[in-house]
Amino acid sequence: MSVAKSLPHDAAALHVTGAARYIDDIPTPAGTLHLAFGMSQIACGTIRAMNLEKVKSAAGVIAVLTADDLPYANDVSPSAHDEPLLATRQVHYIGQPLFLVVADTHLAARKAVQLALIDYDQDTPILTLEDAIAADSRFEDGPRIWTKGDVDRALNAAPHRVRGTINMGGQEHFYLEGQAALALPQEGGDMVVHSSTQHPTEIQHKVAEALGLPMHAVRCEVRRMGGGFGGKESQGNALAVGCAVAARLTGKPCKMRYDRDDDMMITGKRHDFRITYDAGFDSDGRLTGVDFTQMTRCGWALDLSLPVADRAMLHADNAYHLPSARITSHRFKTNTQSATAFRGFGGPQGVLGIERVMDHIAATLGLDPVVVRQRNYYAAMPFDNGAGTGAGTGKRYGGAYSPQAAQQTTPYHMPVKDFILHDMTAALLASCDYNTRRAAIADWNAGQSVLKKGIAFSPVKFGISFTLTHLNQAGALVHVYQDGSIHMNHGGTEMGQGLFQKVAQVAAERFGVDVTAVKITATDTGKVPNTSATAASSGTDLNGMAVANACDTIRDRIAACLADLHQTPAADIRFADGHVHVGDSQMTFAEAAQTAYLNRISLSATGFYKTPDLAWDRIKGTGTPFFYFAQGAAVTEVVIDTLTGENRILRCDILHDAGASLNPALDIGQVEGGYVQGAGWLTTEELVWDAKGHLRTHAPATYKIPACSDRPDVFNVALWDQPNPAQTIYRSKAVGEPPFMLGISAFLALSDAVAACGSAYPDLQAPATAEQVLRAVQRARA
Amino acid sequence: MNVTFLLNGETVQVDAEPTRTLLDWLREDNGLCGTKEGCNEGDCGACTVMVTDAGGANALNACILFLPQLHGKAVRTVEGISAPDGSLHPVQQAMIDHHGSQCGFCTPGFIAAMATGHLAGRTDHDDVLAGNLCRCTGYAPIVRAAKAAEAAPVPAWIKDDLPAVDAAPYAPDTLDALADWYAANTDATLIAGATDVGLWVTKQLRDLSQVAFLNRCAPLRAITQTDDTIHFGAAVTMTEVLDIIRKAHPSYAEMIRRYGSDQVRNAATIGGNIANGSPIGDNPPALIALGATLHLRHADKTRDLPLEDFFIAYGKQDRAAGELVTGVTLPKQAPALRCYKISKRFDQDISAVCGCFNVTIVDGVVTHARIAFGGMAGTPHRAHGVEAALIGQPWTAQTIQGAAAYFAKDYAPMSDMRASADYRLQVAQNLLHRYFADLSGQATSVLEVTS
Repeated sequence: MSVAKSLPHDAAALHVTGAARYIDDIPTPAGTLHLAFGMSQIACGTIRAMNLEKVKSAAGVIAVLTADDLPYANDVSPSAHDEPLLATRQVHYIGQPLFLVVADTHLAARKAVQLALIDYDQDTPILTLEDAIAADSRFEDGPRIWTKGDVDRALNAAPHRVRGTINMGGQEHFYLEGQAALALPQEGGDMVVHSSTQHPTEIQHKVAEALGLPMHAVRCEVRRMGGGFGGKESQGNALAVGCAVAARLTGKPCKMRYDRDDDMMITGKRHDFRITYDAGFDSDGRLTGVDFTQMTRCGWALDLSLPVADRAMLHADNAYHLPSARITSHRFKTNTQSATAFRGFGGPQGVLGIERVMDHIAATLGLDPVVVRQRNYYAAMPFDNGAGTGAGTGKRYGGAYSPQAAQQTTPYHMPVKDFILHDMTAALLASCDYNTRRAAIADWNAGQSVLKKGIAFSPVKFGISFTLTHLNQAGALVHVYQDGSIHMNHGGTEMGQGLFQKVAQVAAERFGVDVTAVKITATDTGKVPNTSATAASSGTDLNGMAVANACDTIRDRIAACLADLHQTPAADIRFADGHVHVGDSQMTFAEAAQTAYLNRISLSATGFYKTPDLAWDRIKGTGTPFFYFAQGAAVTEVVIDTLTGENRILRCDILHDAGASLNPALDIGQVEGGYVQGAGWLTTEELVWDAKGHLRTHAPATYKIPACSDRPDVFNVALWDQPNPAQTIYRSKAVGEPPFMLGISAFLALSDAVAACGSAYPDLQAPATAEQVLRAVQRARA
Repeated sequence: MNVTFLLNGETVQVDAEPTRTLLDWLREDNGLCGTKEGCNEGDCGACTVMVTDAGGANALNACILFLPQLHGKAVRTVEGISAPDGSLHPVQQAMIDHHGSQCGFCTPGFIAAMATGHLAGRTDHDDVLAGNLCRCTGYAPIVRAAKAAEAAPVPAWIKDDLPAVDAAPYAPDTLDALADWYAANTDATLIAGATDVGLWVTKQLRDLSQVAFLNRCAPLRAITQTDDTIHFGAAVTMTEVLDIIRKAHPSYAEMIRRYGSDQVRNAATIGGNIANGSPIGDNPPALIALGATLHLRHADKTRDLPLEDFFIAYGKQDRAAGELVTGVTLPKQAPALRCYKISKRFDQDISAVCGCFNVTIVDGVVTHARIAFGGMAGTPHRAHGVEAALIGQPWTAQTIQGAAAYFAKDYAPMSDMRASADYRLQVAQNLLHRYFADLSGQATSVLEVTS
């Protein structure tokens, strides 16, 4: 068996020796040129004049390009053609690329940029949510509104009601490898682009448009990224297009990598949100209706903001059945970086909204927040293992002889059929000794005047599939060579998540060989075309299936060939243990490949997969946008200092649902890393813009992602080993994004600790920096 | 500038521009691309290398390390941490076994930091790795790997002997030569650890043509102690300061443990942290609270002054052109000294507020008080009003309550990306309450609490 094994990341040995190559490590031909953008210094206005004479005459400068020098499309938008590579007349945010310097070194290009003299007519920028609301500056014609039931009636009739607002900041991706691209001009005007991107096909597409070429003239290759997290879904377009245009102009290879400060000034981040809520509930804490208003700053260009905001709406229920709901979503346009994809893609923001509601209900009724959550959970997945239900068995519910309960639906009217958090929650609470610890913490707090502890539970139920339905497809290309070695390629990209290894394990499993027989190769638009971004946690689900499909085609051809030679039914031929078993005899896989080759059997195949059963209307807010739900639960314990607001995570216990895991070690890695990144979002990671719209936190000196000692001292992570009822690859589940939302338990634990300071609701705002925690302590005591 | 050092065991001689960074030289001139650029300002650790000098092996950030600083030293990059025959170092194998890499971009820096810690037999992994950021793993598997490798023997190939080198004119070895040169070249930049000057080059893109390096000037590297005092030469690194003050001033040491990171403390000097006049440097408030004396020299003229008098206004210090900071002397006895560093993140973060308290209480009454803050004004300075409100009063909660109000008279802090003015002022007041609770033995640090 190759699947279900905890094999190391395929490139682990290269990582630890420094031999793994990233874009900036690729040896470049002599004469390679280096690029840097000149950026807008104002947030809103028009360019009166750009004096670039000193830039052009600076040491090492070969060329300086402005929008007027671009031969074809001046657009790097992934969606609405509203994002020029270089500003035309209007400027929209501080950091917007205005001109492009081509120089003989990276340093020379950066230095020359500083010499520009740019004259602007400044307009008043729209920066904050308040600015945008006042100006009604938005994308789309009005808010998107989805409804289920009669929420107004439910709220008016509810025995209890809470209203409130939670603000949550954005988040810088802080991939350790900054954005980078390298363009290599080819004969006949063709272009090869190496890009640190999650979306090679889009790079190919945007470069082709910028060069006035058909897509077949452009090839994009990416072996790996040094982290992506959504930040390389669309944000690499500008560098790749800039390099390609400059390479076309100069005839030389062109490379560009952002300095870290430039990267943080130019590129988009997670959307910040304000969510207001009005929730009605009974005396047991069961929701009867909830009315959410979600407001987000999308920045200056559309980018991926519509599907991000949609996904926030799609996760406004998280794990809870909302009998009635209204979700109103405003997507505001502001003179700031264009907010973009980031792990969870709006989901975390939507989930935090409802988790705040649960917390607020529990505080209002004086109930344990876990109990309130359990009472509001969706109904459990019916027990159905295909046998053992019905008369004569011990299990008499949920089977063919049981009455059908009315199916619970999400606020977007999708039935929830695979909800497993009841059992997972019970198991987690038991394993982490939640009740005992909660009582012990209350005792501890009673004896402390300065420090207070808190503990909180939070679940996640995350919808798996791209909400833009056509993206749910993938292709693969597999070759078997005559020595039995296997070349595997697919449309997914490797950004550290272990996709390549998991899919290689699938390929090895299909052929019954060891995973070392499978060569993992760089993602390449010349091998597999029309790929979707590696995003939405879908990489393994889609590409694993596509690769399995390609492998099966070749395997069936080999089997048919051997069946013919051995006069055996093809169905009796087995591929296992590095061998092909034909009746009582066996041969090595290499011998089988050699035999097939000599018999003129094609040993190369493409594979394809599309996710079944999806249908979604994003305007109406109805349908089945997801193939299944991935789930998880966490309990976090924290301590705060009531004098300064300083705080620490002391312990975290997680039980996460990766279905039947393809590689438990890699999946646990996603859970641990996702949790810490999620906790970072809600604690130390604060983006601060000044009154002029200048991002003041544009380097790690001022923007603080979690450091080593910020991880929980005690960190227990386990997988919930239950096969996915949906027919995914080996019944595994997607695991990239869902654990990110488990970091919400850290935020809730901080709120719990603050609640120990007084009787008023803490109303903690995110990110819960020390300053925010101290403010909440003061509120609780008021 | 002619620079000689060992690179992965081989002697190299380079004619270097004064501010050519090791990182750029490795990657651009040598094709040694294992060492990564993550931030180019010493905050992420992706460029970490192991540098051995007479004092032993240290982890340093190659992105803000100028080639002339390496004269006479030995450098190991990730490529030289595995054996010449390709055998893996124990920390490399452990990182594979424990799934310590995901995207892998930070990994070479982690490997260099871990191998350096392993060589020194360190098990305080959170401190060893505080300067290495990872965005993928959440650190847990990396720490598991570091623990797993603890007991493995140090491989022979990792230990470097230092190359014999000639004196370097750009790095004077006597204070007389340095002081004379600087007095004659008043526009020159003195470079000690380059943790600040490095950013002038990598971020502000300044050309520093006239520079002198301080790291080979033995008198500036001296540490001398008497029964009552400790003297640090200006070029003593913060790692060396930390080692010395652990015993005399544990609270100051705890603050320094969180100052920068291992990589930063191994380069940064106490003199540099004072001389650059930052309002948010962490040493000055502690040293002012201790009543430290600063030593300066201009050509052959020396002078001493109380450190607090050195800071005149934001960006302005009592230092003449061509005059250099040569060292600082501080008292050894201050049992009630407490240093509180408040920042968004505990490790490797610049303070929003750094408050240092040194109060003497005799028979329940405050007899002396020195309270100094960073982050509350354009310079680090004392809270004279608060001190006055304490002196002569009984050391009680009531006195504390009354005195805390004077912070609003002593300081008018500003709002920035680290904290708001209101928070800074509130925290300054609350830190006086923490100090009172701390001296009375109450638990006041979230860092000392466990689940």
